[in-house]
Order: sequence, then C-alpha cells, then structure tokens
Amino acid sequence: MNSNAVLNISIFAVFVAITLVVVIRASRNSKTAADYLAAGRAFTGPQNGIAIAGDYLSAASFLGIAGAIAVNGYDGFLYSIGFLVAWLVALLLVAELLRNTGKYTMGDVLAFRMRQRPVRAAAATSTMAVSFFYLLAQMAGAGGLVALLLGITGKGGQAIVIAVVGALMIAYVLIGGMKGTTWVQIIKAVLLIAGASVMTVWVLSKYGFNLSTLLGSVKETLLAPGLQYGKTGTSKLDFVSLGLALVLGTAGLPHILMRFYTVPTAKEARRSVVWAIWLIGGFYLLTLVLGYGAAALVGSEKISKAPGGVNSAAPLLAEALGGPVLLGLIAAVAFATILAVVAGLTITASASFAHDIYANIIKKGQLEDKEAEVKVARRTAVVIGLVAILGGILANGQNIAFLVALAFAVAASANLPTILYSLFWKRFNTSGALWSIYGGLGITVLLIVFSPVVSGKPVAAATGKSASMIQGVDFHWFPLDNPGIVSIPLSFLLGFLGTVLSKEKNPAKYAEMEVRALTGVGAEKATVH
Amino acid sequence: MSTAEHPPAESNRIDEHNWAEVQASPDFVELRRRLRSFVFPMAGLFLVWYLLYVLLADYAHGFMATKVFGNINIGLIFGLLQFVSTFAITTLYVRHANKNLDPAAEKIRNELEGGQA
Repeated sequence: MNSNAVLNISIFAVFVAITLVVVIRASRNSKTAADYLAAGRAFTGPQNGIAIAGDYLSAASFLGIAGAIAVNGYDGFLYSIGFLVAWLVALLLVAELLRNTGKYTMGDVLAFRMRQRPVRAAAATSTMAVSFFYLLAQMAGAGGLVALLLGITGKGGQAIVIAVVGALMIAYVLIGGMKGTTWVQIIKAVLLIAGASVMTVWVLSKYGFNLSTLLGSVKETLLAPGLQYGKTGTSKLDFVSLGLALVLGTAGLPHILMRFYTVPTAKEARRSVVWAIWLIGGFYLLTLVLGYGAAALVGSEKISKAPGGVNSAAPLLAEALGGPVLLGLIAAVAFATILAVVAGLTITASASFAHDIYANIIKKGQLEDKEAEVKVARRTAVVIGLVAILGGILANGQNIAFLVALAFAVAASANLPTILYSLFWKRFNTSGALWSIYGGLGITVLLIVFSPVVSGKPVAAATGKSASMIQGVDFHWFPLDNPGIVSIPLSFLLGFLGTVLSKEKNPAKYAEMEVRALTGVGAEKATVH
Repeated sequence: MSTAEHPPAESNRIDEHNWAEVQASPDFVELRRRLRSFVFPMAGLFLVWYLLYVLLADYAHGFMATKVFGNINIGLIFGLLQFVSTFAITTLYVRHANKNLDPAAEKIRNELEGGQA
C-alpha cells in the first residue's frame, strides 16, 4: 500500500458513508413487499430514469468500454452502440406493457395467462442465471480495479477486497431494499456521469476541443474497425454474434425489467426509459473520448500491461490527467459503480426467489404472514451475495465488458423471446415459455462452456497465460466467444415450436392481459403511507 | 390503503368485465392498431439499420476507414448516426404515445374503472 491507496480508500469510504446514511433514511418507511421489492412504486419517471442509468452503466460500461476502445480501438465502440440501441427494444416493445401487467418480476407477466408454477420456476431460474453472470462480471471488475488502485497484486489480497465489496452490497440490500438501492443508483449515476464529463472536457482541452486532433494522436489502426474482430472469418462472425446479443439483451435483463415496477404508472415507466436513453447515450459519447484519450495520453500498450489490464484504461487516464487525486476520485466512482450495480442485481435475484419461488410456488400465493416474502428476500440476498463473492474471486481478471456481453446473450436468449411472445402473441402458452426459457438458457450456457472463453485460447507470449478462464486444457468445440447468433434465433424457434406443439390455448386470459397491458386498467398503484 | 397486496388477477370488480368484449371493441382495436402500427415497423427499422452498421463495421473495413474530414472516418460517422437515430426514434415515439396512445388508453381505462370507484 502506498499513499495513493490511502487516498483512494478514504474517498471511497466517504462515498460508502454517505450512501449508507441515505439508505438507512430511505428504509424507514419500508414495510410491505411492495415497499421492499418495488420501492412502493413511488419513484418518478426522471428519478427512475437516472436510477436505470445507474443500474445500466455498470463497471462494464465505464471501465470495460473505455478500455476496449483504448486497446482495440473502433471495435470497442460497438459495445456502446449496441448497449444504447438496445434501449429502443425496451422503450417500444417492453417497458410500458410490462409495467401494466406485473408486480415485481418477469414471472408475474408470464404467470398472468399461463400455468403459474412451471413458468414462475422457469422465469426465476433464468433471472438468477442472468443475474449470476452479470454479478460475476462486476465482481471481476472489482478485483481488477483493486489491483490497480491499491497496489494489491496478490490474488489473496484481491479476494479480500472482493469480499468487502460483497459484504457492503449485502448491507445495502438488507437495509434499504429497493428504495435504498434506487437511491444508491441515483447518487452513483450522478457521480459517474459528472466524473466522466470532467475527464472528457479535460481530455478535449488538451487537443483544442477538436476530436479530429485527438484521433490524430492515436495509432492509425485504432481508428478503423477490425483490430479485435477482423482477423479471421470466425472472429468476424463473433462480432455479429456480439452485436445481436447486445441489442437484444437489454430488454431481457431482469434487474432492468424490475426497475419498471418502481414507478406508479406506465407513462412514468416510459418517461424513465426516455431519461435513461438520453443519459446512457450521452455517457457513451463520453466513453468514446475517454477511450481514445486513454490511448493517446497513456498508450494502448501500457494499459494492456497494467495490473487490471484493459479495465484500467479509465483510471490510468485519470491519473495522467489529474494525478493521484483525480485517480482517487475516479476510482471511488468506479467502485461505487460496481457496488451499486451488484446491489441492484442482488435485489432482483432475491425478489425473484422470494416472489416467484417462495410466495407463489412453495406457498402457492397463500402467505400466512405478509412480511414473510420480505424476510425470504432478505435471506436470499445474503446467499446471493456470498455466491457473488466466490464467483468474483474465480472470475477475477477477465475483461468485464466481455463477461457482461455473455450475460446479455443469456438474457437475449432465455428471457426476451418469452417476454415478447407473451406480450404480443395470443397463441403463446406454457409449453412455449418453458421451451424457450429452459432451451435458451441451456443452449447459451452449453455453448459458453464449450467456447474459447472457457478453454482453449492460445497462450499469449506476453503474459504466458491463455486468455481462457481455465488454463492448460482445451475442450472447446464451439468456435465463437459469444453464443448469441446461434442461441437467440434458436430460442425464438423453440418458443414457437413449444407453443404450436401444445394444445393449450388461453384466449380469454390473453384478452384480459392485452387490455390491461395497453390501457393500464387495474395496474398496481403506488402505495400510500 | 394500498392495492399492492392483491395480484391483478384476483383484484376486484374489474374482473366482472368481459375482457374479450373489451378486446373486440372498436376503441380497443383502434388503440392496438395505433400501438402496433408504430412500434413494429419502427423496431424493424432500427434493427435493420443497426445490423447494417454491424455488418459494415465487420466486413467493410476499408470503406469504414475512409477519412471524410480530418481524422474522422466513415465508421465513426456511422457510429455517431446510430446515436442520432436512437435519440430521434425515442423522441418520435414519445410524441406518438402522448398524442395518439395515452388519450385512447385513458378513455378505455376510465370506462372500465368507472364502475369501481
């Protein structure tokens, strides 16, 4: 540890202290399940929009994309474009209809007109699977960041810090529930966007506020596409696969879907998505400057070799610009980002377990005690937190934007087809939902396990290690890193086949669901205290 | 008092409505037409536009690397245009929803919930 580390830790501690106070204050009115899991549905559209941006602009967006652009140039830019355009799926097809037909989870929407228990079990399974992948990415980011900021290079030391991050996150979720978590997201989103804006202006000021001049001072190869994905036919296909997973994944991310339930009406859900789109789009424009700025001012090679690797581009840029103080501030923001997103994921996964599995499957919707659902959600949050800590220690060192892309592939395959069919297709039924969710999830996970991500990438000369998760073995047979191009169409197909091969029809329930979805009749209202 | 403790399916007198009848009513059919005739073509449009961009970035390196002015190349402009189109579609949809969807939805909702209060 050095004096920088002390500074970094102090700044971060201030953030934790402030947010904890906010969380504790926010939790005072939290009593019912609607309070705990959906913040009493009392947030306004703009507030929720900022919180969505907070949930969405994860460490992957900030550290991962800036790093990808700094090292891989233009190919990194695709991440931000895919992540942004994806919001149109959520805005046009999902947000409002979902708000009108559910309570807390994706399972609610499916259960509306299908056989409750099997579809809720399926929805909870895929919710937890996506959350787990996403959590892994965030925790891995925490490890890399620590390596850079605190000078902790030993795996043991990093593991301790990952555990601390996990424990803090559990505390937020236990104390604050959805309301507290939402406030943490809002604070973090404001800090993150402010921090990135300051750095962007700073970078541009060094180049006379001329983007062209900035681009002129990075290596020519970074400006054109193809550096990362253009080498072979396979890698080009991987790029298409990634692009598909990004654009179709967002509207299937459970922690984003759940945010639509924290506002009082569908119209507020729409407003929140609009706010989110402007904030997220604006932020990605900043990361473009930050990425190329890091390439110009720090240098791609130095970034690749730094502890924390690609993910360290933004912090290194901060150090190059404003010395240890700016580094400390940006590092604290990055930590806050990870913490907030992990809290959002944890509450989503625990809500799904408590609401779908415990309240509706085990207790069949007949809870003897109204607080039982909240109690179960809290306990689940602890378990998920512990799993996330363990997973994060294992995934430490992987590129986070890339791990998140895998979570998107799972979301786009296992969740999106079912959500869209359920909202728009009259004939859709239980069997179709089960085929699509379990089939999509199974295929995606299978392809990832047997992809080069897990095993079989060539050993890099510089580091002496393979870029795969498991070293020294090679059992991959699926050529692409991202399974989206195969798993997403297959999941849509499975949903279709499962539906038409089953005799179950539910036109009456669909009539009710469609009327409710489009008009908001009888939708869950805000709770009043 | 909150309504949040009851799942929609078991709420209250709303269930007495004949949903199929509402679904078939001219007002509702028109609302659905207005929604779908906007969101489906728009979703198709932005997906095709996005895929076009992905394919160009992937298979037309030379074209995308062509410099237009200074160090700004076609790829960068295409990428930034994706931002512009996203913002534009968002704005168009909000305008459409406020003007053509919300009033129609509200009318049906009031008719259905009218008996309840």
